[in-house]
Amino acid sequence: MPHDDHPHTVLPSDPALRVKTLETILTGKGLIDPAALDEIIDTYQNKIGPQNGARVVARAWDEPDFRAALLEDATAAVSEMGFFGRQGEHVVAVENTPERHNMVVCTLCSCYPWPLLGIPPGWYKSDAYRSRAVREPRKVLSDFGVTLSPDTAVRVWDSTAEMRYLVVPMRPDNTEGWSQDELARLVTRDSMIGTGLALRPEELE
Amino acid sequence: MTDCIDLAAPEPVFQEPWHAQAFALTVSLNESGAFTWADWVGRFSQTLKQHGLSKDLDGGDDYFAAWLETLEQVLEESGAANPAERDDTKAAWTRAYLSTPHGQPVKLPDQSSTSSISD
Repeated sequence: MPHDDHPHTVLPSDPALRVKTLETILTGKGLIDPAALDEIIDTYQNKIGPQNGARVVARAWDEPDFRAALLEDATAAVSEMGFFGRQGEHVVAVENTPERHNMVVCTLCSCYPWPLLGIPPGWYKSDAYRSRAVREPRKVLSDFGVTLSPDTAVRVWDSTAEMRYLVVPMRPDNTEGWSQDELARLVTRDSMIGTGLALRPEELE
Repeated sequence: MTDCIDLAAPEPVFQEPWHAQAFALTVSLNESGAFTWADWVGRFSQTLKQHGLSKDLDGGDDYFAAWLETLEQVLEESGAANPAERDDTKAAWTRAYLSTPHGQPVKLPDQSSTSSISD
């Protein structure tokens, strides 16, 4: 197709046109509402992200009762904080200890605790991560710059449509007396997937 | 190497607007009861598996390509959007883009009718 000086509007890519096509057909049949689509995109782009999970972890570090409730029934504990799974999935919190490091993958596709962490990063959805996390978790961790003590076991959790996992990283040393807001700044997205550790106070910018 | 996990890649929530649109369409259809999320995940992981046989998926464009293909299949099977409707509507959008002067909003000639768009 000649594209000398773009007298007309540039044609979107083939997949972009196919999505637009579905949207037109479904809107015409009343099966979707374009305003609802905008709301969903806005929510996931701007409102939901790892900051939600970080608040949960910081609270678990700070409040022993909440920690116990979270480990007992994370779905209930996080809904109480206003974080609901739109797909009705259950959340399980798995706590790191000196004896055990937890790491989360979805070998089937990319199941992920959306309400707590938002949309997964590209690497979480890649074949490389999905296939290697189970096979060689320590090597994957070292790719992420994480080296665990040989005494620490690694447990890999495979997410499903119904079951999503949140890793509760270990609380860094020298954070006694910190507020939950301050603690939350130490909790990175990767530390809640288990491919990272919580930041140490000196790592904060 | 194919086994590399690309940690340096920039990570916007959605790399392309159409990724976001495809995602939102699917979430919206699920929430209105068109299919359960477990069903969706089952279908989507099948497509990912098929695509992953011939190459290593990087989790970006190829991920949403599999997503879109799955969505088209699911909607075809439910009768919500059959291939003829898709061809007609896509052709109508293509004509609309190619005939709209640069800078003007692109619209279909007749947006109230989706099943019989024609010249």
